[in-house]
Amino acid sequence: MKKADTKFYINFIRTLPILILYLLVLTGFDLSFFLYDNNFSFNFVYLIIFFFVLKNPNALGYGLIFLAGIINDVVQNFPIGVSSINYLLLCAIAAFIRSRMILPNIFYDWILFFISILIVNSVNYLILTMIFEFPIKYGILMSSAILTCLIYPLFSKVFNEKILLILRSEND
Amino acid sequence: MATETGRDDFIISIRSAFLNKGTRQKFSLFTLLLASIFVLSLEYFKTGPVDQIRSITKDIIFRGSNIFSSPFVFIKDKYYLLQDHIKMYEDYDNLKKKKLKLESLENENQFFKEENYRLKKLINEKSLLSENYVITKVLLDQKSPYLKSVIINKGFKHGIKNGSSVVDNSYYVGKIVDVNHLSSRVLLATDLNSKIPVIIEPGGINAILSGNGNDFNAELEYLPIINEVKDGDIVYTSGIDGKISAAIPVGKIFINKDKKLVKFFTNFSQINFVKVNKQK
Repeated sequence: MKKADTKFYINFIRTLPILILYLLVLTGFDLSFFLYDNNFSFNFVYLIIFFFVLKNPNALGYGLIFLAGIINDVVQNFPIGVSSINYLLLCAIAAFIRSRMILPNIFYDWILFFISILIVNSVNYLILTMIFEFPIKYGILMSSAILTCLIYPLFSKVFNEKILLILRSEND
Repeated sequence: MATETGRDDFIISIRSAFLNKGTRQKFSLFTLLLASIFVLSLEYFKTGPVDQIRSITKDIIFRGSNIFSSPFVFIKDKYYLLQDHIKMYEDYDNLKKKKLKLESLENENQFFKEENYRLKKLINEKSLLSENYVITKVLLDQKSPYLKSVIINKGFKHGIKNGSSVVDNSYYVGKIVDVNHLSSRVLLATDLNSKIPVIIEPGGINAILSGNGNDFNAELEYLPIINEVKDGDIVYTSGIDGKISAAIPVGKIFINKDKKLVKFFTNFSQINFVKVNKQK
């Protein structure tokens, strides 16, 4: 591979989490589906933020996460600033877990991810309903949290490969 | 002693999570959280320069979102096109079986329209039908469990106002809920928070059509306890809220397990262009 190609490849691999994050918030992609009179969806943004802040904090800047939250609010018609608070709170929890964890384990990550999104969703629900009287169903938030949590191991596996690619590209 | 050390570690961890900046971070989490709370507090201002800036920001983000979504929209359109091609023979066969006499139906419709107009003129009744529409393109199709809406490429610069009704091929789609300079948000009739006054014909029964998150049907609320709503009855907007135009066809009644539901005429997954009623 030429030097310029290698540089482009390294930069692409490094910025991939940011690109995925912005693609998700700008398109509002959530794979939502309707089943048994209920709406279900996944929150891929939570997955990406939690995973990368926990495993590779340099891959995602907090400023960029804040901006992604603003974009998400505009696209989803939430009061502007709510998603930023949620995302940053998730970052804080992930950073806290990172500083306390001695032996990383996918099972612990999974449980802690579930607890984290429960906290974040509760804060989200409180802000939306108590301050803005925004019509939102708690059941939808919860089902989204559970579904998102269920696919965490799968995403963790995929993103772990990506982190290995980043490390490899940095050491090349 | 050990408890105190543990508590100290805990506090240090929290402090480092909120205040420490990484090697590539420009801001600490605490600073950005404060910034988020400040931005959120700006929601209090619904008019003035803050609202102007918010409106411009939304316009820019919607355009950006439109560009990013375009490859996905292209794939989605091609998928539906392929589906239409596959179903073409079946549709043709169904139409042939129906033996539609379109021309005679059209003439009959025209006759009733003119008769209705004459009779309304006789009793000095104001026509509730509105023909003042502006055609707009759908920029972004946002259908999450929290919100079913579309973003259109016309805003208050083009005379769009909050509450205006939006139609697709003369069928009701939704109403405008947020207007910016160059874009607006349409709350679809399928959204959980969508409530529209409707009239069921024949019989002239009034009710409220409430979205349930399903893209194909919605529920009827506040129906009279004793009613004669049957399978196949047509639901129109009643216009009694004074904002949504009257007589826009919404859907057809179908009864499922004694529950009266309305099957929409519009296919909400394939909306590319819509017409917005320009209110005077």
